[in-house]
Amino acid sequence: MAVGKTWVFAEIVEGTPAPVVLELLTKARSLGGTVEAVALSPDAEAAAAELGEYGATTLHAGTDAAYAELLAGGPSADAIAALATAAQPDLILIASTYLGRDVAGRLAAKLDVPIIANGLDVVADGEVSVQSSIFGATQNVTTAFLGKKPAIALVRPKSFAAESGGGGAASVSPIAAEIAEQHRGARVVERRAEAASGPKLEEAPIVISGGRGLGDPKNFKLLDQLASLIGGAVGASRAVVDAGWVPYSMQVGQTGKTVKPDVYIAVGISGAMQHTVGMKNAKTIVAINRDADAPIFKLADLGVVGDALKILPQVIEEIKARKG
Amino acid sequence: MNVVVCIKQVPDPNSPGQLDPSTHNLKRDGELVLDPGDEFGVEAGLRLAEKHGGEVTVISMGPERGLDAVRKALAMGAAKGVLVSDDSLAGADALTTAKVLAAAIRKQEFDVVITATESTDGYSGVVPQMLAGLLDVPAVTFAKSVSFEGDILKVERQTETGVDVVEAKLPVVLSVTASVNEPRYPSLKGIMGAKQKPLDRPTPADLGVDGLGAASAGQKITAVEAAPQRAAGEIVTDDGEAAKRIVDFLAERKVI
Ligand SMILES: Cc1cc2nc3c(=O)[nH]c(=O)nc-3n(C[C@H](O)[C@H](O)[C@H](O)COP(=O)(O)OP(=O)(O)OC[C@H]3O[C@@H](n4cnc5c(N)ncnc54)[C@H](O)[C@@H]3O)c2cc1C
Ligand SMILES: Nc1ncnc2c1ncn2[C@@H]1O[C@H](COP(=O)(O)O)[C@@H](O)[C@H]1O
Repeated sequence: MAVGKTWVFAEIVEGTPAPVVLELLTKARSLGGTVEAVALSPDAEAAAAELGEYGATTLHAGTDAAYAELLAGGPSADAIAALATAAQPDLILIASTYLGRDVAGRLAAKLDVPIIANGLDVVADGEVSVQSSIFGATQNVTTAFLGKKPAIALVRPKSFAAESGGGGAASVSPIAAEIAEQHRGARVVERRAEAASGPKLEEAPIVISGGRGLGDPKNFKLLDQLASLIGGAVGASRAVVDAGWVPYSMQVGQTGKTVKPDVYIAVGISGAMQHTVGMKNAKTIVAINRDADAPIFKLADLGVVGDALKILPQVIEEIKARKG
Repeated sequence: MNVVVCIKQVPDPNSPGQLDPSTHNLKRDGELVLDPGDEFGVEAGLRLAEKHGGEVTVISMGPERGLDAVRKALAMGAAKGVLVSDDSLAGADALTTAKVLAAAIRKQEFDVVITATESTDGYSGVVPQMLAGLLDVPAVTFAKSVSFEGDILKVERQTETGVDVVEAKLPVVLSVTASVNEPRYPSLKGIMGAKQKPLDRPTPADLGVDGLGAASAGQKITAVEAAPQRAAGEIVTDDGEAAKRIVDFLAERKVI
């Protein structure tokens, strides 16, 4: 049985839907029924064409400037809750991003409906179920919603490939929600971007990630050199992010980014399950680690037991030599 | 500044978890610890209270054995503990958990409620915002640093691409990441002192939230299967030639 009406929460960045929104719309189309997008952002309407192309027939758009100045999660959840009570969607798909998690939790509390988090797939088969994986992706779990609507599923980015559905622009239906006074108590006074160069981590064909085994933050330079030689992006384990060696935006894993490059090179990373859930679907995995028993070797197509600080410079020289 | 910190006891993250094959609830018979993520929350609460006056209360919902986690937080310096345990709450989903916690929090005086961004065992990561929604206060999530100036809480907040600096009035729900501080170890004196600290054990009925529990949960695990695992590949030990092997491997895959 198809889902009657699915909403996709559309996170808009500079007038463009975040890539994961297109992934969710693609999935929503496959569930049958009506697909609509909801976006709360001053520039939401600019996204109507692209959201429509990927499957949304309607874009419910709230464009109050305050969504950009406040922490958007709370006011967005309030607006969606009010709208959902009137329009009664069966299912709301939300990406597990920072904003998505903020919106989903508060929305569920407002509507008194369940959430299933960490979704990797959504299945509509009489009832709606969400698949997720637990214990470092060693087990797959299917969880069904038990009838209270709307069901809210938080889905991890990169779970689906985005495919255009060829639809025309979504028709814009304005949301005129008042922003509750309490939300004005928390404002963003400054935004600082973390510097990034080269291809984006989530999109790069090659990802080279470093961990505590690099010994010192300055050794990340070796990864940068290798990455720029072969057109890769540099990632990291949480251990080195927490230690302040590199910014969080580089973290791969359960609480960081999910990557699916053609080649993932793990350097000085032990391979804790919280790390491997973010990279185990890479096409090919190379690992360099001093410890022959490191769990990362269980996933590696090529595992090298040795000192990364010795091997990396040799790899860089060898590639330079072959490139001539 | 009165702070409530929500803490949870979880299976030791260093030993892999398991589900009970019949109930699909998380098995809790192995080694249990205070969620390492929540240690950052306790520390953040203690620092606020130490600097600006007031007390830290830790609140946990979970089985009887969760007392150990509460005691650890008391040993770190929290002033009192609240543990809600009841058989009816076994298998509670995130929203049920948040309802019980919110009911327990409402019985306290609080300026700030602190949680971790996600728990180590369930990692749904939605309880903090649910609490804010139920308590009807704003939430400042993913904090990397927290300070209090005048009557404003100043938070550096992790985002997808960088950091947002947020200023918030109290009361507020705050979720903290692992980069927010370095949690202290309980001192011997703290451990001894923890035994004398007040410990409240309300039932769901005391909190006015009886009859929630698994029966009211809006979701149910219907299948658990082993995930397909990657096959192991070639392992070489570096004898001075490994770099060449790596480059050959990349060349075979047409990466270079
Ligand atoms: C709730 C939760 C969420 C988490 N989320 C994430 C996440 O999103 N991403 C993540 O990465 N982690 C995450 N973690 C942390 C994870 O459990 C590990 O602690 C972390 O991945 C370890 O990082 P590491 O491999 O760099 O460090 P370590 O585990 O310390 O490993 C370092 C490795 O380097 C090797 N080494 C040392 N010297 C050398 C050398 N000279 N040459 C080669 N190898 C060397 C060592 O043999 C060792 O295997 C999470 C943990 C929790 C509890
Ligand atoms: N049963 C619980 N008792 C106390 N705090 C909890 C409980 N469950 C979740 N929390 C808090 O909410 C955070 C996020 O949990 P979760 O949303 O389940 O990933 C945890 O790190 C705790 O701070």
